[in-house]
Amino acid sequence: MKALVFKRQPAKFAAAMVAGRLQPGAGAKVGPLSLRDVDPPELPGPDWVRVRPRLSGICGSDLATIDGTSSRWFEPIVSFPFTPGHEVVGDLDDGTRAVVVPVLSCTPRGLDPVCPACAEGRINHCERIGFGDLEPGLQCGFCESTGGGWSTLMVAHRSQIVPVPDDLSDEAAVLVEPLACAVHAASLVTAPRVAVLGAGTLGLLTIAALRHARPDVEVLATAKHPHQRSLAAELGADRVVAPGELERAVRSATGTMRYDNGQLGGGIEGVVDCVGSPESIAQALRIAAPGTTVLAVGMPGVTTVDLTPLWQREVALKGAYAYQRADFDTAVELAARLDLGRLVSATYPLRAYGDAIAHAAHAGARGAVKIAFDLRSEKERETI
Amino acid sequence: MPRPGFVLDVDKSTPPILFHHGESFRLERLPAGRSRVVYPAEPLEPLEDVDAAIRHALDNPIGDSPPLRALLRPGMKLTIAFDDISLPLPPMRRPDVRQRVIEAVLDLAAEAGVDDVHLIAALALHRRMTEAELRHAVGDRVYDAFAPHGQLYNHDAEDPDNLEFLGTTRHGEEVEINKRAATSDLIVYVNINLVSMDGGWKSTATGLASYRSLRHHHNVRTMQHSRSFMDRHRSELHSSNWRMGEVLRNSGVKVFQIETTLNNDTFGTSGPLSVLQKREWEWTARDRAAFIAMKAGLDRLPIKARRKIFNSWQAPYGVTSVQAGEVEAVHEVTTQNTFAQQLVPVEGQTDILTMGLPYICPYNVNSVMNPILVMCLGLGYFFNMYRGQPLVREGGVVIMSHPTTWEFHPVHHPSYIDFFEQCLAETTDPLELEARYEKQFAEDEWYRHLYRTSYAYHGVHPFYMWYWGSHGLQHVGKVIIVGGDPRAVRRLGFSPASTLQDALEMASDVVGRDATITHLHNPPLVMADVS
Repeated sequence: MKALVFKRQPAKFAAAMVAGRLQPGAGAKVGPLSLRDVDPPELPGPDWVRVRPRLSGICGSDLATIDGTSSRWFEPIVSFPFTPGHEVVGDLDDGTRAVVVPVLSCTPRGLDPVCPACAEGRINHCERIGFGDLEPGLQCGFCESTGGGWSTLMVAHRSQIVPVPDDLSDEAAVLVEPLACAVHAASLVTAPRVAVLGAGTLGLLTIAALRHARPDVEVLATAKHPHQRSLAAELGADRVVAPGELERAVRSATGTMRYDNGQLGGGIEGVVDCVGSPESIAQALRIAAPGTTVLAVGMPGVTTVDLTPLWQREVALKGAYAYQRADFDTAVELAARLDLGRLVSATYPLRAYGDAIAHAAHAGARGAVKIAFDLRSEKERETI
Repeated sequence: MPRPGFVLDVDKSTPPILFHHGESFRLERLPAGRSRVVYPAEPLEPLEDVDAAIRHALDNPIGDSPPLRALLRPGMKLTIAFDDISLPLPPMRRPDVRQRVIEAVLDLAAEAGVDDVHLIAALALHRRMTEAELRHAVGDRVYDAFAPHGQLYNHDAEDPDNLEFLGTTRHGEEVEINKRAATSDLIVYVNINLVSMDGGWKSTATGLASYRSLRHHHNVRTMQHSRSFMDRHRSELHSSNWRMGEVLRNSGVKVFQIETTLNNDTFGTSGPLSVLQKREWEWTARDRAAFIAMKAGLDRLPIKARRKIFNSWQAPYGVTSVQAGEVEAVHEVTTQNTFAQQLVPVEGQTDILTMGLPYICPYNVNSVMNPILVMCLGLGYFFNMYRGQPLVREGGVVIMSHPTTWEFHPVHHPSYIDFFEQCLAETTDPLELEARYEKQFAEDEWYRHLYRTSYAYHGVHPFYMWYWGSHGLQHVGKVIIVGGDPRAVRRLGFSPASTLQDALEMASDVVGRDATITHLHNPPLVMADVS
């Protein structure tokens, strides 16, 4: 079968790091990712099913991996070689169309009893994502045992399968996984006014999820590009500003004071960073009101940031990773209601992975939101 | 004998016409056969002895008022209020006429043994004047005698301890002004009447007022019912101020009004800018060479250097009249004197009104002409320079020439930035802006802090700028800005054009291909008396 495979190849990894710094997405052409003919992954046990991906999205964390900019934190919780792709809608052997909950927590790993977090349903807090019957891997798409969505076949535990209704398009369904992240993040926000930083896929979906969960919340969003501005407003932002205008917008919205250097006296009650860059984290800390929480939804990396405002204003920095199972149900419902298929801007066959990744790395500037691989026409898909 | 203003019908022999364009200029050829240019009058002869005229006015008041010296007595509380940095434009060469008038008033006060004297810059919600600006307005002698003792200062419309509520008009408008002024035995108001909007009861009822009071006439409804606000008898802005004046009078506030008028000598009859005051077909070869050299030189300079050059210009205005006494009687005479310089009879309206906007307006002295001020100068001030009916017909097109850069003075105009980035991104409808955002900006503590302690216009001020243009916005079918930053122009809700020819082409979609065009050749100031 055909699959994009990411191998542990230090020399190529170094080349990807250099290329990725010069040009985001360039790591795909020189790094350890390649299109291969590989054996299909074996079913690890009786509760496992085969999934033939139909669409599989390219996520920011995938881009960081390909460009060699992701943190070494992941080293013990991924296994090589792996096939990326954790945003997946696919077909099961029985014809069921489903999305995959990619987190590889205790149950898929055959661990019994499950860890305390999994016992409470908090699969995103699972303490054993490097243990059990499977090779290490926090999610499908980072685990050698399961394969990933950027291929014609992967495997998933039955507990990871969420069937989707017939009237939900593949394009909308492929956004269910990132939307579940957004639904989870929104559930952690209690502030009456929230600034959402970034209007890429995750930012836009977080705005939508916030609006759904909290109809009365006041959402101030940042967006770099015109299409992002209009989508952010359509999905529920009350006000959308350019990133450089955010401090002034927060000041104006809250009526707080401002020092001569632009620093705010107070800030906004809730901040959700959907970018994860050093700049966005620093900005998030600058605009958060004293005693409030900055939620890091976009995957950060190794970063240098001035934590003085965090200390002086007793601001908490909290992560928001993945989701719990129930978030997927909400996401399936929301994806249909909000017609989220329109966020899929372009799809590519596996063989054009270089172009696909370059497009995804510059999605905003090129007027796009989500870029995905389209496996529906891959020849081998029907013959495996 | 200065020549009056007049209207030139453009024909094939008409040379290109001067358009002011921020800190530069454009020469534009207007279509022959359907264009006309309204030229200002040449500067009226100034008074030969201004100081003597001032003394005469103080001793021979107009209306129901005794001479000033009869109103002064030992032990009294005297407040001299004066117009702020927004007048005149550009600033006048020293000595400023305010200085001359104030010195004359202080001489009389000293003679009468008055020693409780305060001088207040009546700036309403404008930015505070700096020491240098105050010195320029009142002179070093007055400044040094009063400022160090805390007796010369800027009005603070947000100081709750220094405002006095005096009651409401018969229309329910609250009247609240500076407490020192309100509780004085006499206010002497020293005015410069650059345009006919200035002066009268507007001096005290606006210049010394608080936001609570100002909001009753600085609003969209009032401005849309002021046709124009340069014509007091058809201006709801003035009607409201006059009603407030009635409350002041009935509350026992005594005002001795001193108004002055200036001539049109804005750029001088000799010197580097004098060509701007001449009619194009009368330019000599030397004028042309000077203009071309000036424009080429300016266009090569960075904007900051250009701005510095223009901001340093001080006009050699001549004082044409001084009148003093009872507010309303004085103002009637002042208005006639202003009209004598500025009014030009114009027959009928036009389809397209063109205007070249200069580098300065009342709210960017020593500052930056930001896009909101461009709108205010064009659709507020220039559009309203009419009596009778607007120079452009209803549904017509206004074409303004200005660079309209997305640039703001961070100290002077902080709330403008937010207004531009936040409010105008949502709507350009004055009524909606007023309803949705005015209160928030007016009561914002940070803006209030900057207005009171820094040199910032009040938080609500950008709204007033927008309201100033609301009659124009309501009246015209399209506004085009030539040579402006397209992004900033679109944010204003207007259309950008690269050249005047492009703008005329765009205008034809609204007013047809044979539309008539009128260019308001301003500054020096000209006001159309449209029949």
